[in-house]
Amino acid sequence: MPQTWFLALAGGGLIGAAAALLFAAHGRIAGVSGIVGALLPPRERDPGWRVAFLIGLIAAGAVASVVAPDAVGSSPRSLGALVMAGLLVGYGTRLGGGCTSGHGVCGVARLSVRSIAAVATFLLTGAITAWVVGP
Amino acid sequence: MTAPAVDPRGRRVASLVVAGLCGALFGTGLLLASMTRPDVIIGFLDVTRGWDPRAGFVMGGAVMVYAVAFRWIRRRSGAPWFDREFHVPPRRDLDGRLLAGAALFGIGWGLGGFCPGPGLVAAASGNGTALVFVAAMLAGMWIQHRTGRD
Repeated sequence: MPQTWFLALAGGGLIGAAAALLFAAHGRIAGVSGIVGALLPPRERDPGWRVAFLIGLIAAGAVASVVAPDAVGSSPRSLGALVMAGLLVGYGTRLGGGCTSGHGVCGVARLSVRSIAAVATFLLTGAITAWVVGP
Repeated sequence: MTAPAVDPRGRRVASLVVAGLCGALFGTGLLLASMTRPDVIIGFLDVTRGWDPRAGFVMGGAVMVYAVAFRWIRRRSGAPWFDREFHVPPRRDLDGRLLAGAALFGIGWGLGGFCPGPGLVAAASGNGTALVFVAAMLAGMWIQHRTGRD
């Protein structure tokens, strides 16, 4: 178990470092829902950095399927529940202006009041939902 | 003779390569930390059945690194490498949209065990449940964009 905790901290540190690099290079918040949402449809004159970021993210998943397939797991939910989960996550993150990365990592680290309130809210509703639905 | 750094096309390529690297590092961090496993997420959110604190460590590690780096970058430089200015969300007020959106997101997160980043990475690895989740997530984003005021 100590090893998985270390991996969790190290993985988290890498996530923070990647987000910091994006801020230093492009001055942008590394919020995945915002990066994706602003491409549906593209709303900016230059969406290049968004597309490049997502290609990198997708490449990591594609490489993992070859070198570390156990790093990805399947959701235990039914097809209908997955569709509902996706709709809620997509709609909710755009309405609330962020998800676990933009609000959860970048916003909390900036001590943004809005992000801290959003994180407290989605942790609470997430905890209640996971408890009600079960493992 | 012009230095390569001033050549606009070279700068453009460099800016996209760095953004791509950020995405790849971000995704690698999610994979290392098992955030691409819904059982780990659901085990973290559900505190009543043998709580799995790992996702908390992940968020803690990410927040610590970003907090230090963010302050340092803002103090040290007037502008990012590839843009005229830093784009930091300026708002400080709480409103219904923010809280309702976060509440809906949390329900979807606890239900499926995926949030946007890990969902995309898991879908890219070919996981069927993640592919369904991401397709629905994109639809949800599109519906919000079509129906909401922006």
